[in-house]
Amino acid sequence: MATSSQHLLDFEKPIVELEGKLDEMRALNRDDNLDLAAEIEALEERVDNLRTSIYRNLTRWQRVQIARHPQRPYTLDHIEALTEGFVELHGDRIHGDDRAIIGGLATFKGASYGYRDRTAMIIGHQKGRDTKERKFRRFGMPNPEGYRKALRLMKMAAKFNKPVITLLDTPGAYPGLEAEERGQAEAIARNLLEMARLPVPIVVVVVGEGASGGALGIGVGDRVLMLENAWYSVIAPESCSQILWRSWDYKEDAARALKLTAPDLVEVNVVDEIVPEPIGGAHRNPEATFDATGQAIAHALSTLDDLDPSTLKDERIAKLDRMGAFREESSEVHAEG
Amino acid sequence: MAWFRRKKAGIQTDRSEQNEVPEGQWVKCPETDEIVNRRELEDNLLVFPSSGYHFGMGSRRYFDFLFDDGAYDLHDTHLYSIDALHFEDRKPYAQRLEKAQEKTGQNEAVSAATGMMGTHRVSIAAMDFSFIGGSMGSVVGEIIARAVKRAYTEEIPLVIISQSGGARMMEGALSLMQMAKTSAHLSRLDDAGLPFFSVLTHPTTGGVTASFAMLGDINIAEPGALIGFAGPRVIRETIGSDLPEGFQRAEFLKDHGFVDLVVDRRRLRQRIVHLLDLIME
Repeated sequence: MATSSQHLLDFEKPIVELEGKLDEMRALNRDDNLDLAAEIEALEERVDNLRTSIYRNLTRWQRVQIARHPQRPYTLDHIEALTEGFVELHGDRIHGDDRAIIGGLATFKGASYGYRDRTAMIIGHQKGRDTKERKFRRFGMPNPEGYRKALRLMKMAAKFNKPVITLLDTPGAYPGLEAEERGQAEAIARNLLEMARLPVPIVVVVVGEGASGGALGIGVGDRVLMLENAWYSVIAPESCSQILWRSWDYKEDAARALKLTAPDLVEVNVVDEIVPEPIGGAHRNPEATFDATGQAIAHALSTLDDLDPSTLKDERIAKLDRMGAFREESSEVHAEG
Repeated sequence: MAWFRRKKAGIQTDRSEQNEVPEGQWVKCPETDEIVNRRELEDNLLVFPSSGYHFGMGSRRYFDFLFDDGAYDLHDTHLYSIDALHFEDRKPYAQRLEKAQEKTGQNEAVSAATGMMGTHRVSIAAMDFSFIGGSMGSVVGEIIARAVKRAYTEEIPLVIISQSGGARMMEGALSLMQMAKTSAHLSRLDDAGLPFFSVLTHPTTGGVTASFAMLGDINIAEPGALIGFAGPRVIRETIGSDLPEGFQRAEFLKDHGFVDLVVDRRRLRQRIVHLLDLIME
């Protein structure tokens, strides 16, 4: 239930108002010995119905807001719930240790999800919850070291024949001066190339925000899963609004135009499977979210179990090859000169 | 002095606009204010003769001077973008595409060709900034991927000439995926032991830099070209101060270890042929 300490999204206000009334009624029921059981039950049903109807009809922009909810489970929360014995590994061996991307070895608790327990390399963007932590994590916006650390860990996974699980949750790669000096573009590009030919399974889960190359930089995989209220696109709606509409005011239109939700992306085969979130969003019931995520990862890993490295790579590249929408009128080749 | 100038219509890319040769018979050098006859400039590969200033140049002109005797076979000229998302901002995407095709006479923002350079058969893809800012959507990604495939299928070297504002917003996540697709095929080329020369021209930013353009075995930049991931305006807003002189320019990238060579366009063909001779002996 929403309490005052929780972050409130604008479209959740009617729900919270009703919940307030419900609380009052419960208090009356308790304190004044009035029998309001029937009224309470009716109101509870109204709250449930309202929440369901709001959450069944979310706009794309509302989903973006849920994906950014400050109480939403972040990468480390997922790791804590889905794995045991996580050992975080640090540094890119070149420049430093980026805090916006974390990674390490852990036992994925697959047996709890109808698969088997197994060691995996888990890598993800990490955001912070309070002001201090947000700054420490650079708002989940990696510098080149983050991508290079991720690549080092993926190559380690290949060496030890362990699958890679990546969790995407970033508002974008950090657009800073030093990031450019140290080759942000090269770091992301290198990962795209190397991930395409990594000889071990890669399962990608978009858990929150999937903004552009900053997300894709750890997002090439054999199976791409996406939480129901996450978003993933070529650009954040605000930046798209600023560039195409020349104003920050069209973020809702931009979110609509970009078709950035999980259902949108399943339709164009960018995403393989939607991981369902509880009504009210992942932050309302993290346990149910972890459970659904664990199930989906376990299933994805099980489908990749029997593939040898070369088949794995062939299918991964073939999957990327199918991405795109165009029309080809003829394949004729004509000479000039 | 640009603060009073009205922003040009179209996609706003700040300093990263391409420097197209202006209309008219006489052309002024933006750096030295000298004047040259247009014909002379064109004969000089759109490089200002005295100052060496590089104007932006389209794909076909690159093919004309890179391939022996300007002879080459064009490929994939019949691939067309479709408006899969029914994207509409202030203008429908379908309309932008139509206008760009009319303006450029080309199907998309990249062209692919094969032909000879010296004694070497090569696959070349070259981008056109004049087509929706050289942005990469499904067709650009597909044509580049096919040019890479052509190289490793025929076992020939690859050259890609980049100029782009990045991934094309109007195709949403599909354009983002073109970064992965093009890079994936480059891994095949790499596995095959074949060389890839990435030529970065002004401007090359965003998703194109963060995919194939930075993945050359040898990265070559044209002098003064703006090359980066984030655009200068965004970085300025992030750090809250002005950017240092020469930031994100070709020479800056070379100093920081991200391009091998800064090569004057007039010597580009010769440098690539020489490197091909060395590698393919």
